[in-house]
Amino acid sequence: MAEIKNYSLNFGPQHPAAHGVLRLVLELDGEVVQRADPHVGLLHRGTEKLAEYKTYVQSLPYMDRLDYVSMMCNEHAYCMAVEKLLDIQVPVRAQYIRVLFSEITRLLNHLMWLGSNGMDLGASTVLMYTFREREELFDMYEAVSGARMHAAYFRPGGVYRDLPETMAQFKPSKLRNAKAMEGLNRNRQGTLLDFIDDFCQRFPKRVDEYEALLTENRIWKQRTVGIGVVTPERALNLGFSGVMLRGSGIAWDLRKKQPYEVYDQMDFDIPVGKEGDCYDRYLVRVAEMRQSVRIMQQCVTWLKANPGSVITENLKVAPPKRESMKEGMEDLIHHFKLFSEGFRVPEGEAYAAVEHPKGEFGIYMVSDGANKPYRLKIRAPGFAHLSAYDELTRGHMIADAVAMIGTMDIVFGEIDR
Amino acid sequence: MSAIAIAPGALCATVAKVLGDLARSVSVRLGEVTVEVDAANYLAVMQKLRDAPGCQFEQLMDLCGVDYSAYKEIGTDGLRYAVVSHLLSISLNQRVRVRTFCTDDDFPVIPSVTEIWNGAGWFEREAFDLFGILFEGHGDLRRILTDYGFIGHPFRKDFPLSGHVEMAYDAEQRRVVYQPVTIEPREITPRIIREDNYGGLH
Repeated sequence: MAEIKNYSLNFGPQHPAAHGVLRLVLELDGEVVQRADPHVGLLHRGTEKLAEYKTYVQSLPYMDRLDYVSMMCNEHAYCMAVEKLLDIQVPVRAQYIRVLFSEITRLLNHLMWLGSNGMDLGASTVLMYTFREREELFDMYEAVSGARMHAAYFRPGGVYRDLPETMAQFKPSKLRNAKAMEGLNRNRQGTLLDFIDDFCQRFPKRVDEYEALLTENRIWKQRTVGIGVVTPERALNLGFSGVMLRGSGIAWDLRKKQPYEVYDQMDFDIPVGKEGDCYDRYLVRVAEMRQSVRIMQQCVTWLKANPGSVITENLKVAPPKRESMKEGMEDLIHHFKLFSEGFRVPEGEAYAAVEHPKGEFGIYMVSDGANKPYRLKIRAPGFAHLSAYDELTRGHMIADAVAMIGTMDIVFGEIDR
Repeated sequence: MSAIAIAPGALCATVAKVLGDLARSVSVRLGEVTVEVDAANYLAVMQKLRDAPGCQFEQLMDLCGVDYSAYKEIGTDGLRYAVVSHLLSISLNQRVRVRTFCTDDDFPVIPSVTEIWNGAGWFEREAFDLFGILFEGHGDLRRILTDYGFIGHPFRKDFPLSGHVEMAYDAEQRRVVYQPVTIEPREITPRIIREDNYGGLH
């Protein structure tokens, strides 16, 4: 009797569908996966150790680079943890700006997810469409912070600076003349809030376009319905959060259950799936995009009507305005101490979690009273999801293995840190 | 499912009643409940926290290691390695933190909670890889984030930030090799703990 062994395959670190650097060692019986062993750590940058050697504001840009498709949400959790330890209040206008940009970030993430998951499963058109929307969202990031992706905009105590009055305009170049620019610049004539408003009015039609491509598509349904079914009990035991829970029917969303910032004053719904398969998670994420637009519109309305300060007045934490720094002695000293030594955080520990587009993103921070954290632990939602990959993929085929990675919305920046 | 989060004071009382003598202390700070346990009672406490009515922490959100040897620059009088877990109850909308110290500083061992929460596997692998804390009963305790032949536990406080070895291309051997670090350690902003009320009025 011949001895039959499983065929071991390296779904290697360099693979277009491996979503970053994932070394997936698959043991196959023909095409069916018998065991899947994800090897992670190829993007491990030692963020938590580096943060112990930097002051609190210096390590803020590290947070952007963790889940590099949803930047401000990572910063948000970090700032919330620091503010909890400092016991300071964030001004209301800053809270609204944070909620607005968190929802913009949610759109960024879900659009990226839709595009790359679509392409992994064969629908490459969706990628082009979703990246077109992401360009406008990047323009919003750039208007407010100067950087298209890694903004470093949220700071402990509020946000870095107020929303700008003008938007960057397209300039005529050798390829396009001024007349063509008029069309492109039409929605950039007002403030950033006008631009966001215009975006929110156009975006639901775009989501309809994506749904027209995928939702009733026979091939899409064959690829996703019944794949990667997670029962609610297993989802809870495995530490899932976010869409992985909501796709299985558990209506848990931190924005509603443990509201932070001004989410308790926002009017929005939580989409919940039924079967717990990839198709339901796809539907949940698309519905979440529509809800995000609703929240963004409410924030824009409020922000247009209510001016105010965008960072805490406590000068021991947030730097003073540059004009006052150049004129007043106390402000100069505060500026100097903040940018040379950094603010000190009282002794203690705190865990702050946000409803990140991928799940529950938590930061556990231990401070011993110094100007640098003692221990910073980043709880990434993708880590718990990927740890359950073996259990979810057994018995499926190789193509479904790709669908599983996509549905868990894996981004290696946050898994490896 | 509870719509409003349980108040931390009430949760502290409930947890203290459920655990009784098993926990060393249950306290509230900054609106968060923290349970301190001895390693001997760790598994029993985690089982109770998941199953007992009033607790029902169905989810283990996070499990990490902490090295207290450089706490406030000098370290604490107590034990060095701790394992801190964050639990979440979806049905009762409450959170709790559990901290347990490993009894031996030179050979830190703690029971594994993978039987109670299956999702703990990778978190414990990470704590083992980065701190050297061993988890009894884990079943698959191997490195997860460091390189395949890496020696050492990087997040310990005595492990330098630049590490001990670096990778470089060796022209003679015509492959990438490990060599001792050539980077000089440098400190951009000194770490300093000021006394309370530093800077006058607060």
